[in-house]
Amino acid sequence: MVMTITEKILAGHAGKNKVSPGENVWVHVDVLMSNDVIAPQMIGIFEEHFGPDAAVWDTDKVVMIPDHYIFTADPKAHRNIDIMREFVARKGIRHYYDADFIPPGFEGMPQPYSDPTKTPYMGVCHVTLPQKGHTRPGELLLGTDSHTCTHGAFGQFASGIGSTDGAFVMGTGKLWLKVPPTLKFIFNGEMPPYLMAKDLILHIIGHIGHDGATYMAMEITGPTVMSLNMDERMTICNMAIEAGGKNGIIPADEVTLEYVRSRTDKPFETVDADADAEYAGVYEWDASKIEPTVACPHSPGNGATAREKSDVKIDRSYIGSCTGGKTTDFIAAATVLAGKTVKVDTYIVPATTEVDADMDRCKVGGKTLREIFSAAGCKIGPASCAACLGGPVDTFGRANEPITVVSTTNRNFPGRMGHKEARIYLASPLTAAASALTGYITDPREYIR
Amino acid sequence: MENVIRGKVFVLGDNIDTDQIIPAEYLSYNPADADERRYFGKYALIGVPPTQSGLPDGNIPFVVGDEFASEFTVVIAGKNFGCGSSREHAPLALAEAGVSVVVAQSYARIFYRNSVNGGYLVPFETPNRLVEKFTTGDEIEIDTAAAVLKNLRTSEQFDLSPLGDVGPIIAAGGVFDYAKQEGML
Repeated sequence: MVMTITEKILAGHAGKNKVSPGENVWVHVDVLMSNDVIAPQMIGIFEEHFGPDAAVWDTDKVVMIPDHYIFTADPKAHRNIDIMREFVARKGIRHYYDADFIPPGFEGMPQPYSDPTKTPYMGVCHVTLPQKGHTRPGELLLGTDSHTCTHGAFGQFASGIGSTDGAFVMGTGKLWLKVPPTLKFIFNGEMPPYLMAKDLILHIIGHIGHDGATYMAMEITGPTVMSLNMDERMTICNMAIEAGGKNGIIPADEVTLEYVRSRTDKPFETVDADADAEYAGVYEWDASKIEPTVACPHSPGNGATAREKSDVKIDRSYIGSCTGGKTTDFIAAATVLAGKTVKVDTYIVPATTEVDADMDRCKVGGKTLREIFSAAGCKIGPASCAACLGGPVDTFGRANEPITVVSTTNRNFPGRMGHKEARIYLASPLTAAASALTGYITDPREYIR
Repeated sequence: MENVIRGKVFVLGDNIDTDQIIPAEYLSYNPADADERRYFGKYALIGVPPTQSGLPDGNIPFVVGDEFASEFTVVIAGKNFGCGSSREHAPLALAEAGVSVVVAQSYARIFYRNSVNGGYLVPFETPNRLVEKFTTGDEIEIDTAAAVLKNLRTSEQFDLSPLGDVGPIIAAGGVFDYAKQEGML
């Protein structure tokens, strides 16, 4: 009965003792998440098939999070939040993080929350879920967003699904899933100060390719990975989808448990891989040999070292999103930017209001992150997905011209951040901050010893 | 699913991601609204860089001018079709534009699931790369039961991979119909 973590969680949720890769199983879902750009379609499909009066399967297991198109004057975006809000109220869904500064029927560009600690609004769903205690080890979480794989960082099975699957889960609590074979990635050695989790995952994707883990589970482990905090582990699992992975997963340990227990009282059971579990492939690297890494346009698999790209002139640096806009990301950026001035437009977008509040709470060299970024000349926006996925043309930080951007986000496909011909280089917050100071893609070792 | 599908092909390359299929700026349209749903057909594949749109020549718009549908009803593509976001608007946009079949070397997982479970289109996989074997505009015929694709211009025939496990879901019309058929709903 030997199994990987992913196989064990799927077996447990399918009521089976054992599952094998390639097998299709019906699983019970612990948490279903949706956001403002997908929920309207999902709600439409739910009502079409179950009827307008149907109850959702469990009002305590559905989480709705407005985050994608918030700070825009697009009336359809506001309308979509209204659809979500109305559905949540009508069905009695218990977990909803309302954009309260966009009242029903609102027109125009909304004013952001005035105090990030005094709004129910959180922001980016994949950082909200753990911060609000919805991600727990051993559980099975599905979300109508491809970066739902982020939550594998907590030792759970988490994967992105579409609106039809989401509607099906919302009505039944179940879904069929194909059990994926597992690839294992091991990083050894101490994490060098100039590297971040983003470098590790860009290294993996650059190595196996943009479809190198299609339909597979990616188990990421080893002493280097287990030395990272939860923000950093989330960065790694967030980008499993950029290698085509069905899920990314990092075993839960004391770091995980401490984080989760500080956020929720709900019971859970951690799941570990069997020592002799079978893997479809095992990759092993020494972290000290890895350099600060970037993904060149127009694929996350188009890897290179920052050093190799040091002649690429940039027009913009962007630090934000579920993968690159967490508190740890901003502390890293602040260590580089402290006391200096940026040479190009530099956008700072906290993932959530909690991260936004951390910018006033966390200090580097005696100054808050917000003070450091303001003094460096950065533009700081409110919490949301913002320009990571382009969005409406009035979105903060959107690449509306064919410019070159170094970005801590997760995708660089044509048009992803707006303009079809914009060139996006994905990089760690350290590299994005160092590049902001020089106007060229810059290895952060020039600023970090 | 029809036994025989005929149509004109639109040829694309590798790694056609969901932002190329339907760019994020159009996601504020609500597909649950019949009027707004039509716009997904109008903007289908509008994010493909012009030189890659309609191979081998490129610069062929998938949907022309003010139309809401395409003259091309079959898409032939390379590896990793539909990678990127989980937006079900992607297969929906292709279906709204009139596409009933995509033939690709491989698919990103979520796009494939969405196509099948939402009953939008049939995602056939081909064991051999076909991108260079077709010219945008070629008339083709697919025998869906036999999983054979024929280029009517060149009379060449190609075996497609059998639909396998998802065949019954596609035949039922999507996961809801399949679950009803199986007595699960």
